[in-house]
Amino acid sequence: MSEQLTVPTMAELMAEGKEPDILFWVGSAGSYDDRAKKITKAFVKILNKANVNFAVLGTEESATGDLAKRAGNEFLFQMQAVMNIEVLNAYNIKRIVTCDPHSFNCLKNEYPGLGGNYEVLHHTQFIKELITSGKLDIKNSDYNGKRITFHDPCYLGRANSEYNAPRDVLNTLNATLLEMKRSKSTALCCGAGGAQMFKEPEKGDKDINELRTEDALKTNPEIIATGCPYCMTMMSDGVKVKEKENEIKVMDVAELIASSQGL
Amino acid sequence: MNYLPNIIFAIILVVGIGYFVKNVKKLFRNIKLGKAKDISDNKSQRWKNMAMIALGQSKMVKRPVSGFFHIIVYVGFIIINIEVLEIIIDGLFGTHRIGLSVLPKSLYGFLIGAFEILAALVFVAVTVFWIRRNIIKIKRFFNAEMKGWPKNDGNIILYFEMVLMTLFLVMNATDLAFQNAGTGGNVISQFISPIFGDNPETLNIIERSAWWLHIIGILVFLNYLYFSKHLHILLAFPNTYYAKLTPKGQFPNNEAVTKEVKLMMDPDADPYAAPPESDADETPEKFGASDVQDLSWLNLLNAYSCTECGRCTSECPANLTGKKLSPRKIMMDTRDRLEEVGKNIDANKGTFVDDGKQLLNDYITPEELWACTSCNACVEACPISIDPLNIIMEMRNYLVMEQSAAPMELNSMMTNIENNGAPWPYNQQDRLNWKNE
Repeated sequence: MSEQLTVPTMAELMAEGKEPDILFWVGSAGSYDDRAKKITKAFVKILNKANVNFAVLGTEESATGDLAKRAGNEFLFQMQAVMNIEVLNAYNIKRIVTCDPHSFNCLKNEYPGLGGNYEVLHHTQFIKELITSGKLDIKNSDYNGKRITFHDPCYLGRANSEYNAPRDVLNTLNATLLEMKRSKSTALCCGAGGAQMFKEPEKGDKDINELRTEDALKTNPEIIATGCPYCMTMMSDGVKVKEKENEIKVMDVAELIASSQGL
Repeated sequence: MNYLPNIIFAIILVVGIGYFVKNVKKLFRNIKLGKAKDISDNKSQRWKNMAMIALGQSKMVKRPVSGFFHIIVYVGFIIINIEVLEIIIDGLFGTHRIGLSVLPKSLYGFLIGAFEILAALVFVAVTVFWIRRNIIKIKRFFNAEMKGWPKNDGNIILYFEMVLMTLFLVMNATDLAFQNAGTGGNVISQFISPIFGDNPETLNIIERSAWWLHIIGILVFLNYLYFSKHLHILLAFPNTYYAKLTPKGQFPNNEAVTKEVKLMMDPDADPYAAPPESDADETPEKFGASDVQDLSWLNLLNAYSCTECGRCTSECPANLTGKKLSPRKIMMDTRDRLEEVGKNIDANKGTFVDDGKQLLNDYITPEELWACTSCNACVEACPISIDPLNIIMEMRNYLVMEQSAAPMELNSMMTNIENNGAPWPYNQQDRLNWKNE
């Protein structure tokens, strides 16, 4: 792709004697996973469009340790956390935004106890803030009247009680928002959480992402929206298993906003 | 005067309450086998939660049908128990319906009338519960862990309540003095009364029998609690009070680990230094939990509070897709093991003697623990704020940090994080490559 993304790193800004208003925590999935990288770029396009003074850590970023903690390795988690906190504090970071609810939860709730105190936002919360403050103007979109169902990521929804931000953002698209029977506080997990993403499931009669995809398909959607790179993988796989990939798209909220504005 | 009934009554009362107190003490001792955990913060929020969730049943009604009938049984049981006060006074002092002579007739009539209506409603609600468990066979009452005692326990409680409500109404229906007192309180019992005829002697015998059986039944039920899932009627209150207030996604950071990590990261620390003398006798902190004593007292209170309703399991993504994990079973196993440890302590004069068993493997298998997605659906679903996820995570900590027994794929994922700061084997120097792709 050739379109020009402006992605300053903290090191670059520091060299210029500048400070960003907010740090974009890209996360491991957003940095390396091919599908998640598209979400990262879509979000950067939004940041660029809204002229947000942001920066990334780039090669100075390392895994939050969230996965290690959920997998039971508290030691590795704290090692990662303490290292990251050293970097973040050295750069005097105050505010962080991330597209990954797992990083969001970990940075927001588990870093303070280890000396890392920041205001942490999920990207849907930040996009909502950009829209409300008028920095991002949502003009007529291609999603007018499209049937969209939103799958709540566990670590945004139940874990941190944020159900409205992604829905408020989606509502600016004038789409038809459909709720699955299990949604918000009773939403079913996509199956990736608790480090399940990285292992084969235990013996059972079905995969969790298949069951969750069935929930979504019951709303007869054109688009399944998510706000998490792991949910993205699980739901995309689920749609493929159901052989619906030609009719139904799985998209992150940031991708929907970016593409609606021709970004 | 014949004081025999009064004396018998007093003995039954003392024995009934005494045995209950003895078991409550055991309950406290067992809960205290758990690790210390300071929960003295945010008192006002905690009282509020208890008022809303336990007293106000706010999470019960999330499922409207069972919630509605549960509230009837709950309110009915609490209010009807006011009548027990009169029974105890009558029993101890040989009076008959002391309320009739000390309260205004209309007030007494109102009270008993309310009790009778509630008793009838409780009977109906309990019957509905019985039908849900035994005729409609609602799925969550038939998981693997619900075979045998747990299934019987559920039904025994319902039978108890049916019998107690029936005895209360029969007692009123056959009490000629009450029926003829004109209190207006016999709203339900007046329709039952004709069944028993009008022979005063027969009626008196039935009334006395119902009266005695009623109070004995209540005392037996009280003592049944300790052995039953029905303990929730008491423990739901402390359980909701002490429940986690921080965001559900926030897992506690292990302080023992923090100490070690800080030491490792300290550039001034001497890696070859001998441990300080004073630490020589201390056993190093065990990470995570393999048995009930490694869990916190709150985890153990959770286990005793669980009434096995299965709302957690019915929302668990792992369980819904046929995996072995059931959050309810995690709670039941924890309680069963805790009871076993408690009995071991009783049998060995106050100390626990290793029985070669533990919570891990003997009750909860790694297969169950690794099936959890940590999604918090179980925690959200619990009507009294039990946290099965915390027990699962504690046990994962033990498996990984004490036994290095994570599934192989997770070990590779963690090795990647250690080596290159990402769960995949990609170079940290490539973290920003997406920018130019």
